[in-house]
Amino acid sequence: MGKIFKFYKDVDTDQIIASQYLLYPTIEEMKGHTFESLNADFAGEVKEGDFVVADENFGCGSSREQAPSVLKALGVKAVIAKSFARIFYRNSINIGLPVIVCKTLPDEVEEGDDMELNLKEGVITCNGKEYECTKLPDKMQEILDMGGLIASLNK
Amino acid sequence: MGMTMAEKIIAGAAGKESCKAGDIETVTLDRLMSNDGTTHLTIDMYNNLKNPHIADVDKLVWIVDHNIPADSPKTAASQKKMRDFAREHGIRFYEGEGVCHQIMMENHVRPGELIFGADSHTCAYGALGAFGTGVGCTDYLYAMVTGTSWLLVPETIRFNLNGKLNEGVYARDLILTIIGRISANGANYKAMEFAGPGLATLTMADRISICNLCVEAGAKTALMEVDDIALEYLKAHGREPKAIFKSDEDANFAQVIDVDLSEIKPIVAKPHFVDNIVDAKECQDVKIDEAFLGSCNNGRLEDLRVGARIIKGKKVAEGVRFLVVPASRAVYKEALKEGILDTFMEAGAMVMNPNCSVCWGACQGVIGQGEVLISTGTRNFKGRAGHKDSFVYLASAATVTASAIKGTIATADMV
Repeated sequence: MGKIFKFYKDVDTDQIIASQYLLYPTIEEMKGHTFESLNADFAGEVKEGDFVVADENFGCGSSREQAPSVLKALGVKAVIAKSFARIFYRNSINIGLPVIVCKTLPDEVEEGDDMELNLKEGVITCNGKEYECTKLPDKMQEILDMGGLIASLNK
Repeated sequence: MGMTMAEKIIAGAAGKESCKAGDIETVTLDRLMSNDGTTHLTIDMYNNLKNPHIADVDKLVWIVDHNIPADSPKTAASQKKMRDFAREHGIRFYEGEGVCHQIMMENHVRPGELIFGADSHTCAYGALGAFGTGVGCTDYLYAMVTGTSWLLVPETIRFNLNGKLNEGVYARDLILTIIGRISANGANYKAMEFAGPGLATLTMADRISICNLCVEAGAKTALMEVDDIALEYLKAHGREPKAIFKSDEDANFAQVIDVDLSEIKPIVAKPHFVDNIVDAKECQDVKIDEAFLGSCNNGRLEDLRVGARIIKGKKVAEGVRFLVVPASRAVYKEALKEGILDTFMEAGAMVMNPNCSVCWGACQGVIGQGEVLISTGTRNFKGRAGHKDSFVYLASAATVTASAIKGTIATADMV
């Protein structure tokens, strides 16, 4: 069970983590600035197992992998959006952050709602309603199952 | 069934006769570009691998362009890590030479190549008929170590260009119009291909500007047919094509869009979305604090010439900062020779070293709370150029320069 943090459409990766923090030496040092321009309290309030829910085209813009990395480092369990920009989507899978396409859920939930995700079954439960997640392409599921792309290099 | 340019390039890189949109292919990359935005993290991951090695060091190009000269000790440390690693491993390394995509176009990209760049605007390489696509540092590292990666073959939206841009209208206006028409995710996962008789009316600078911005419509890559103009550019920079591809007559396009270049008008993308476009004249009441002419989108010699022609003998409006940033050292030197930089300096502009500058939003020309920027940069998302409560308008070199003179958003015919 985790809490929902909700965002709108076309959230670009600059807003997830701004340019001025990208050259910090580590993700740990950057993560406190996550979503700073949209919700300055996010990094302080988000807990292990919480969720980010967004509208269309989440993660558009810059290819900075720091964007999914800071979300993962803060304990975000998964990002659920109506659609994702492709580089963010691919980066998330590569680092082992589940990204889930769901067209209906984002309009039916509110910030702070409790939500449960059964990743294996591909089912989300929120406010007593079940939502089916769109399945990842086999290739991407394989990468996620391995724990990310780097894990495959260390096999 | 015939193939698109994108399908042909990927099939070649996969060592196959053919492939089609929707297939997932394992490909060998021709070139791997990375810049100081993420390379320090790539290096950390590399050093933690069980068996770190580089498949083919000659394919790697590393460029420090985002935050140069360094703005803080942390930046300096990350760039030092990159510099030291490049030296130790013999990686082709540029620092302070210009924006990565301009460096790549001037020195490396060849038609027919498949290139990963750890930067979203890598799609610019399509101006030379190369498949460039942006990746994160994990994908980059995997390709650096194995020489390969996997790609979902994209569908293609084909844009047939007809006619010619009118005087005072630029490639920048064209691509902003197209993005506005198809929206910020209108080409998500897709290739945007440009062809048709109108292509021959566009210079290489125009073409790079168009392809560069396609990621703002979500595109995986942008591709243009290679013609004499592209081949001349390549020859002038001392290179030969790898292969020249054209989509077949019977190729399967997801969509075909006809664009009449003569109908395009000066455009402004209003805050905070690149597809939030309006006629530039509708913004003439907007007062600006800063103007930026530069970036991988519009920092080429042709763009600086446009600005210099407009500002010659005039002054930057009182209270406005005007930053002019050539996209590379080569552009800078040529602009210096032509007297263009003199013109800008006399008008009161600040001419900076070649780098990403204001477009990166963390080094030069950061804007403060409530301030308004008009920019030839690539993005106008909330906070992109500095404070979260600031405002970025995107426009052509001409509109940006005219606005710097007037102090409010203006087109060139208004100054």
